[in-house]
Order: sequence, then structure tokens, then C-alpha cells
Amino acid sequence: MQSLSKLALVNAKLYIREPAAFFFTLIFPAMLLLLFGAIFGNEPDPAFHSTRGFIDMETPALMAIVIASSAFMGIPIAIASLREHRVLRRLRATPMHPLAFISADLLVNFSMTLMGAMLLILAGFMAFDLQFHGAWLLLLVAFTASALTAFSVGYLIATLSPTARIAQTLGMVLFFPNMFLSGAAFPREMFPESIKRISDLMPMTYMVNLLQAIWFGQPWSEYRTTFIILVLTAMGGLFLAVRHFRWE
Amino acid sequence: MVGESHICSAWEEAIVNPVITVENLRKTYESITAVDGISFEVYRGEIFGMVGPNGAGKTTTIECIEGLRAADGGTLRVLGQDPVHNGRAVRQRIGIQLQESNLQPRIRVWEAMALFASFYQQSVDWNALLEQMDLQAHRHVFYEKLSGGQKQRLFIALALINDPDIVFLDELTTGLDPQARLNMWEMVEDIRDRGKTVFLTTHYMEEAERLCDRVAILDQGHIVALDSPANLVKQLDAPLRVEFEPVGPVALGPLQALPTATHVEHHGHRVIAWGKGDPFIVDVVQTLTNQHIRFRHLQVAQPSLEDVFLALTGRRMERGQ
Ligand SMILES: Nc1ncnc2c1ncn2[C@@H]1O[C@H](COP(=O)(O)OP(=O)(O)O)[C@@H](O)[C@H]1O
Ligand SMILES: [Mg+2]
Repeated sequence: MQSLSKLALVNAKLYIREPAAFFFTLIFPAMLLLLFGAIFGNEPDPAFHSTRGFIDMETPALMAIVIASSAFMGIPIAIASLREHRVLRRLRATPMHPLAFISADLLVNFSMTLMGAMLLILAGFMAFDLQFHGAWLLLLVAFTASALTAFSVGYLIATLSPTARIAQTLGMVLFFPNMFLSGAAFPREMFPESIKRISDLMPMTYMVNLLQAIWFGQPWSEYRTTFIILVLTAMGGLFLAVRHFRWE
Repeated sequence: MVGESHICSAWEEAIVNPVITVENLRKTYESITAVDGISFEVYRGEIFGMVGPNGAGKTTTIECIEGLRAADGGTLRVLGQDPVHNGRAVRQRIGIQLQESNLQPRIRVWEAMALFASFYQQSVDWNALLEQMDLQAHRHVFYEKLSGGQKQRLFIALALINDPDIVFLDELTTGLDPQARLNMWEMVEDIRDRGKTVFLTTHYMEEAERLCDRVAILDQGHIVALDSPANLVKQLDAPLRVEFEPVGPVALGPLQALPTATHVEHHGHRVIAWGKGDPFIVDVVQTLTNQHIRFRHLQVAQPSLEDVFLALTGRRMERGQ
């Protein structure tokens, strides 16, 4: 327990000292929101049920980008780099419990991702007349399940990558299509039919849909299946990620 | 009565039982047999060294003992436990410096010490340890900004943070300048003098000779010799070599006639004489004085571990890499 809290504290400091991860998870999504807002405004738009504006749609969608940035860029590069430079080996040469290390890493990444999402939502409320019709607690649960699912993919990428460079490449291969095609960067309502069909293949599409459905207070029956699948994949994914974590 | 016999057996165990037992250790990587069935014991309070050229299997052996690699065969006991199955319990009581490792680039020296201290049930005052390793002035420096020698000292400090019973040092002076190497040697002796057992590996023969109470010479996965450096050299029974530069002409006859001499020859301006035993040196000097032969630059070369390796393997350490 003592080493878990110590590890988490040190990892948090190291995270903040790494400018790229800090920027892309905490600053970039809020910046993107402000930029979109400046371009498109938040006037109710017939494309979005006539009552919602661009920013109303984008805020929950961008939460998925915060998750993807941590999961597909932050985690794989950081872990693969620690393994490549034999930092993980040195940690393994102590009585530290392997689970303590993974838990601390997960905890810090999740906290930063949550913080990035909160900054994003705060920016939306402060700069625009943002609508929210859902339940915050439910949103938090859905966000957590989405994050843990994506993170476990991130740890598996780290396991597959012998070097940080390969982890970065694999991460980008997942990040960019998911970001542009899932409705996270641009609302799906703007896509032509052909792109929508590709979009249906992106795992992140389901996260974006779920976060938006909860955000606008849709009835439970509308997203129940997605919700349950996401919670289950989060648990299964984490189990796989921990089992296959490679120290060298 | 029961209590007394308990104390007695614990005491006996401490001095009679080795802290490390290796029996028939074997490890292969795909086609390479890195360690080919070696056995030895390490006793409490000694500096035990494993010396041999690069690729001899030193790192493989030490990391199997540390429980970081799984052996393919043989039995290992470290402080009475199996280092793989009871890995975390064993690592509570040992300190490890790896041949190749790093810390997080932006972790500060003091943060690394505090973090590693939190992994152990017992830890020493790490500020004193930093002082001792001459790192106190660098306690706020990022790991990536440290020099090679400073990183090495930090790793030694981390290996000592739990006040371990056994300290494992894999190639601890590689990449250090001569002064830093001397300091490191003194530190290792200091660790031993505080009652710890030190298990080190090196590919520098002179380091093993200077530092170790006992050395195992490892070559191609086999132990070819194991004893104190002095005994290894003595058993070799190699000739002493005496060299000097005569002033003016010299006849080699009287030197060759010495009972302790085995061979004498001219080598350019110099004369080189080989002979057995310490009296040989006195004999040579006495003969030269009696013959009124003046000389300068007299040198005596004692046989070394390097010669032991050469005799046992037919190869020179440094070139045989
Ligand atoms: N992880 C590994 N995978 C494959 N071969 C290895 C590995 N580690 C060591 N070897 C090989 O095993 C032999 C012994 O290596 P090592 O134990 O590192 O020797 P030393 O420490 O004495 O230099 C070498 O031939 C080396 O190439
Ligand atoms: Mg080695």
C-alpha cells in the first residue's frame, strides 16, 4: 500500500514533467473545443435535432479524444520506453509488487484523463452556453468504463512493441482513424453515408455515442447494450493487459 | 533448554551454512548454452567474484541467482530460499545493481531513493547513503542529467537502501575512469567490512585480484577455477620474471647457473630472467652485484590472475573476448 501511493505520487510528478503527454491530454482537447467554438459557434442546428449546437455535440465527443490520447499515445509510448531503457527491469529487481506498479500507472493516467475531460467541460461551460441534460454520475461511470477499455488496448500495444518508436507508430495507427471517423473530432451527422459505414467499424464510435447519449439524458434503453458491453470489455481488457504485461 | 538449542542452531547455521548455494546451474538461450552446469557456494561476509571474458555467462549466472531469470536446470538457494519461487521475499533481503539499467529520465535523485525505500519493509536513512556516495549535492538533479559515474553511484546507493544481507554488483566499474574505479573498490571493501556479503562480476582480472576474497573464473559457461586470488596464482606455480637494463656488456652464464633460474635471455637492451620462488629475485641481484655488473630499471613481474586464465584456457582474457 505504501509503495502504491509512493509510486502513484512519483508517477504523477513524472507525468507532469513530460510536456507531450501533459499537453495532449490536459490542454489540447479544451483548446480544440475553443477553436471549434470560435469557428462554428454553438447555435442550435437542424443537423443536430434543431435544439443542439456544434459545441453541445462536441463536448461529450471530445471526452473520447482525451481518452484516446492517453490510451493510444501516452500509455504505450511511456511504458514501451521504460521497458526499452530497462527501467522496468530495475523496478522488478526489488520486492515491489508488479500489480502496485500497474495500478499506480493506471491511476495516474486515469486521473489525468479525467482532469483533461473536466477542463474540457469547464471550458465549454465558461465560453459557450453549453447544454447538459444527463446525470453526472452515470457520465462518470461511462467515461471510466470507456477509459479502462481504451487503456487496456494501450497496455497491450506497449506489450507488443519492442521499442517506444514502434509503440508510437502503432498508437498513431489507432489514434487518427478513431479520432476522425468515430465522430469525436467531427460530429457523425456531418459524414456522408459511405463514411458512416466505416465509422461503424471504429470502436471509439460506440464510446462517443454512449457519452453523447448520456450527456443529453437519453433513456437508458437506448444505450443499455453499449454500456454493458463497455463495462465488460473494460474488465476483460484490464485482465488481459495485466496478464500480458511485459517487464523486459 | 529449547530456547538455548534454538539459538545454538541459528548461530551454527549463520557460520556453517552458505548464504548462496548453486548446484549444477544450467541456462540456454535458443542455441547458446550460456551457463553449463556450474556449482559453488558463497559464504557470509566475503567478497565473492565471478571473473571471465564478455559472454562467459556471468550476467546470466548472477541474474539467475537474483531470481530475475529462470534457470533451465539446477538448484539455487539464496538465504535459504528459492530465488524464483520466493522472489519477493528474497529481494527484501538482497540488494541488486544490474549490468544495464536506467531509471525514469526525469526522476530526481531523492525521489528515486524515497521511492525505492518504500518497496522494502526495512530501509536505512537514505540521506546518509547519498552522503556516503557523494551524491548529496545532486539530490534534486534529474536522473538523465547525471554523469555515468554518478548514475553508477546512485545504483549502488539503491542496492544498499534496504540494508541487505547480500549485495550483487554486476560489472560495477565498467565505464568509470581510474580514480572513480579506485573509489568504487574502497566502497565495496567498506560494504564487506560492515558485515555484508558481496557477490560481484567483472571482466577486469586486476579488479578481481585486488578486491575479491575468492574468485570463480568463468569461461564459456564453465567454472575453470575457484579459490582465493593468492592461492590461484600460487597453484599456477608460474615463474617470476625479472627484467633489467645492464650498463655495459653482460655475460648471462652466471645467471643461468642459478639454481632458482629457469631461463635467461637478451631482449634488445634488456635482460629477462625467469625463475621460481621469491629467493630468485635476491639471487639475481646478488649475482649481478658479485659480478660488479651495474644495471638500471629493474622490474619484477609477479604472475597474476591474468596468467592463471591464460594457463587454464590457453587464451588471453582481453584478446579472448
Ligand atoms: N537474453 C539473452 N538472449 C539470448 N542470448 C543471451 C541472452 N543473454 C545472454 N545471452 C548470451 O549468453 C552468453 C552469456 O552472456 P552473459 O551471461 O551476458 O555473459 P557475461 O555477463 O559474462 O558477459 C552470451 O553468448 C550472450 O550472447
Ligand atoms: Mg555481463
